[in-house]
Amino acid sequence: MAKTLFDKVWDAHVVTEIPGGNQVLYIDRHLIHEVTSPQAFNGLRSRGLPLLRKDRIVATADHNVPTIDQDKPIKDPLGAKQVRMLSENCAEFDVDLYGLGHPYQGIVHVIGPELGITRPGITMVCGDSHTSTHGAFGAVAFGIGTSQVEQVMATQCLLLTKPKSMRINIEGDLAPGVTAKDIILYVISRIGTGGGTGYFVEYAGSAIRALSMEGRMTVCNMSIEMGARGGLIAPDETTFAYLKGREFSPRGKDWKAAVAHWKTLPTEKDAHFDVELNYEAANISPMVTYGTNPGMGMGVKESIPVSSEVHNKASIDKAMKYMGLEAGTPLEHQAIDYVFIGSCTNSRIEDLRAVVGLVGDRKVADGVTAIVVPGSQQVSRQAISEGLDKKLVAAGFQFREAGCSACLGMNADKVPAGKYCVSTSNRNFEGRQGPGARTILASPLMAAAAAVTGKVTDVREILN
Amino acid sequence: MTPFKKLTSSAVPLPIEDVDTDQIIPARFLKAVTREGFGENLFRDWRYDKQNEPKEDFVLNNPIYTGQILVAGANFGCGSSREHAAWAIGDFGFRVVVSSYFADIFRGNALNNGILPLVVSPALLDEIFVTIENNPAATFTVDLEAQTFKNETTGTVTTFDIDSYKKTCLINGYDDIDYLLSQRDLIEKFERERVDYSLA
Repeated sequence: MAKTLFDKVWDAHVVTEIPGGNQVLYIDRHLIHEVTSPQAFNGLRSRGLPLLRKDRIVATADHNVPTIDQDKPIKDPLGAKQVRMLSENCAEFDVDLYGLGHPYQGIVHVIGPELGITRPGITMVCGDSHTSTHGAFGAVAFGIGTSQVEQVMATQCLLLTKPKSMRINIEGDLAPGVTAKDIILYVISRIGTGGGTGYFVEYAGSAIRALSMEGRMTVCNMSIEMGARGGLIAPDETTFAYLKGREFSPRGKDWKAAVAHWKTLPTEKDAHFDVELNYEAANISPMVTYGTNPGMGMGVKESIPVSSEVHNKASIDKAMKYMGLEAGTPLEHQAIDYVFIGSCTNSRIEDLRAVVGLVGDRKVADGVTAIVVPGSQQVSRQAISEGLDKKLVAAGFQFREAGCSACLGMNADKVPAGKYCVSTSNRNFEGRQGPGARTILASPLMAAAAAVTGKVTDVREILN
Repeated sequence: MTPFKKLTSSAVPLPIEDVDTDQIIPARFLKAVTREGFGENLFRDWRYDKQNEPKEDFVLNNPIYTGQILVAGANFGCGSSREHAAWAIGDFGFRVVVSSYFADIFRGNALNNGILPLVVSPALLDEIFVTIENNPAATFTVDLEAQTFKNETTGTVTTFDIDSYKKTCLINGYDDIDYLLSQRDLIEKFERERVDYSLA
């Protein structure tokens, strides 16, 4: 029977099966951070268990860390405690920690790929729903709860039922100004935040193939926002070129053997998917979200719907009340107050280059606070070596240090109540960026455009 | 986990769709390092205003609604993987959440914490909301062994699905880690026999 990429990776990791459909799945790589690990370590400790496979787990501090003065003690006592506990736990259980001050520190889903830890054909988990990001490499990667973090620590396995499969094909070429972020916002706007529940998604088609690895990561990152368990893209020469020579990538004959194996992974012709969806890249325009879930998105030139196939009137009314917007009106030209360029969705070097390229000689508009938070220390160093930091600061952006920052505002980077923030992150739920904060999700290009005009702007009108 | 076989209780209605985990437990409360005390912050920003005063119109602040069953609109628990959402619901006192649709990760987290995510049809969900509106003290019976849900007011009985392994765990109060630990030999055998490209 013809197998999909997902089948090949999942099936190769099944240790045993319980009658009824639960399978014991071996987890190759486990990423942890300070928020979802403390209770898991406590559990190990109270059961008197060791961490089973120390060589398969890597830790970083990202959610709570400040993005300024990272070399000074963390001011927030609870945040400081969590970060300290991570350090103590990693020392006690002998886990590699790329914490504050370490040159590899950063957002967990940025550092995995850039270090060559993420790779095709592996199973990878983390106590964070955006673990789907790593699927861009053809890995089966997904988010788990803290109890499951403990299970992986103790047994290197999870007990799961195999999800159903969905393939989403995007064919054709993206128009200028339209990016990977717009692709995924478009798809979620079509199928809604529950449209992928129960499925593992494969993204395919010429528009996906044409994306760089960073673009593919952006797409896979938001798989969870359609409710999918995870999302992946078949590895190809673009994948191999990205991974070659990375810090922990295989070398020499190990590299050759790995690539030969990775080439066997893509989905076979005639493989069956439970659901298949087809979209044309030409139909995708720069996207913005208008409401309070990532599915409430539309092209920047459209008007906010009164109701849609995916959201009923009551849901949109509630969102409009929170957002201070009106159904039936456009969002273009809406004045905004904050711009956040960062998060595991869009904080990599290509995103920063895109912002600098769009901004050119322009300046951040009066009254707008715009922050750029590189996804990792490595991204930051590369940005600095390319002079991007100086250009951003000259334009009036703040160039910060790496962390999850304003995506969810666990640190000090919160958006005040009632203020509009155009954000390159992944969630616009009520209160996500701070109580009462009003998030408008968009691509880095669209966020840059909003920063320099002070309004929601169609980036195509100001593209150089 | 305490074992769970059967429950008869009144229910708290939350007729809102797409309730996401940021509403169930906002990110600022994820800084705790233990599993205790999350019930206090369940639906925090819907329950309390900026001055930390209870919002009168939010259902959890209305004393006529009590019980161990939460009834919610479709796509409950979407968003983050934070298991803290399940801890908050359990710590507050709910044992069962009834909806027509659950987000995947939340459903798993709930089951792993002895909370039953019970799926009913959209029509039945509407009937439940109407029953509660007419009588806030109306009771419902969840029989996990029989896999039935009964609206004691209308007499409607419906069966619900649950994975047989998870059912055993809930009924007996077992969790996954006990099972996985029992599989050590098979896991080690897997490690010995596989060709591994994940580490080198």
